[in-house]
Amino acid sequence: MIGRFNWAGMVDFLPQLFTGLYYTLLISVVGLIIGFILGGIFGLGRIAKAKIINIISVVYIEMIRGTPVLVQAIWIYYALPLIIGFEIESVTAGIIVIALNSGAYIAEIVRGAVQSIDSGQMEAGRSLGLNHNQTMRYIIWPQAFKRMIPPLGNQFIISIKDTSLLSVILVPELIFQGRLIAANHFNAVEIYTTVAVFYLAITLTLSFVLQRMERRLDI
Amino acid sequence: MITVKNLHKQFGDTEVLKGIDCEIQPSEVVCVIGPSGSGKSTFLRCLNMLEPVTKGEVIVDGRRLNDPETNINMVRTEVGMVFQQFNLFPHKKVIENLMLAPQKVRKVPEKDARERCLNLLEKVGLGDKAEEYPQQLSGGQQQRVAIARALAMEPKMMLFDEPTSALDPELVGEVLEVMKQLANEGMTMFVVTHEMGFAREVGDRVLFMDEGAIVEEGKPEQLFSTPQSERTAAFLNKIL
Repeated sequence: MIGRFNWAGMVDFLPQLFTGLYYTLLISVVGLIIGFILGGIFGLGRIAKAKIINIISVVYIEMIRGTPVLVQAIWIYYALPLIIGFEIESVTAGIIVIALNSGAYIAEIVRGAVQSIDSGQMEAGRSLGLNHNQTMRYIIWPQAFKRMIPPLGNQFIISIKDTSLLSVILVPELIFQGRLIAANHFNAVEIYTTVAVFYLAITLTLSFVLQRMERRLDI
Repeated sequence: MITVKNLHKQFGDTEVLKGIDCEIQPSEVVCVIGPSGSGKSTFLRCLNMLEPVTKGEVIVDGRRLNDPETNINMVRTEVGMVFQQFNLFPHKKVIENLMLAPQKVRKVPEKDARERCLNLLEKVGLGDKAEEYPQQLSGGQQQRVAIARALAMEPKMMLFDEPTSALDPELVGEVLEVMKQLANEGMTMFVVTHEMGFAREVGDRVLFMDEGAIVEEGKPEQLFSTPQSERTAAFLNKIL
């Protein structure tokens, strides 16, 4: 049976969907900020000379890249409390998942960008008497950061969409709210269409901002 | 100014430098020539420890480079280096390329650094390019900026690693001119080059390297006109 869209009453659900949007944004923003810091640390750890730091970074990156986000979410929400002995609130767990997950991918982006800078830049800095850290800070990082922006934008968008999987650990984000409404009002098609528009609004805004940024920085 | 004793350098199993002895006096201009793969660039890079030394001694200005006690960053401030590929910092303006190291390493106040660096740019004929970015300049101009950048640290000596090899032929002259001027001012210079004209005219001494060793050295006019070694003669025959 093919029915028709029934948008009647959709406005009434908007407040609930905006609550979902709030959590989606909260987890995305906080998760990605922490993920960016993790990515910076482990990305540099991946190319560090110290073996032990190197191994820790590789293990972290490969563990995360090798398992689905869904599994990571379930594991952190349900399994981790068994180890640490206390429960983690679902929103906190969601932030941890997004941070850990994006951190691993961002680490690879950071590593790639730093390694893509011509080795002559490091040599030029060192030959002037700058030490390794100074050369990284004033010469390598600023150039690498510019190159990181396009792949970072990509990762941000992926991570934002990954938050939709967090409904399985009861994070009250967009999908969670949508499913709740749809179950009670039998309007899954209209609700999920609206939810899709919400996601698009976030990702398109981000794309636009990134594009402006790339143009300004002349990448 | 530089003393090199029995310098060996190995990359994995390949021995690139096989025991080099060399002495460079203050204000001397030493040119190194030789076929590619003869180890001349590696030799130069050992003089400021861009390549760690495998065996032997490199003593610069009284400091032994491969001694863990030596602060290599301090030594490098005294030894300027110019690269084949310029290696300017593309995200910084020309003047910032020059000012960075004096400000961060020597802690020169910004105003003084700017003034001094502008003078240096004038000196290499690029006073009007201070606010441009490196990629807006021609190869010859970029290499002159690179020379000025090295000079901004007021080094006691300069290393040149094939400074004109990446340049279009018509841009070589302007770079050599700056180097010549520097030599005339009494700068100690160590130049790996394929510019035989420069070596002959400006060099106080020429080293011919082949297969990781110094085969022959002497005054330019002597080495170019009456080479003692057969290998030197064969090399010169091919390129002159």
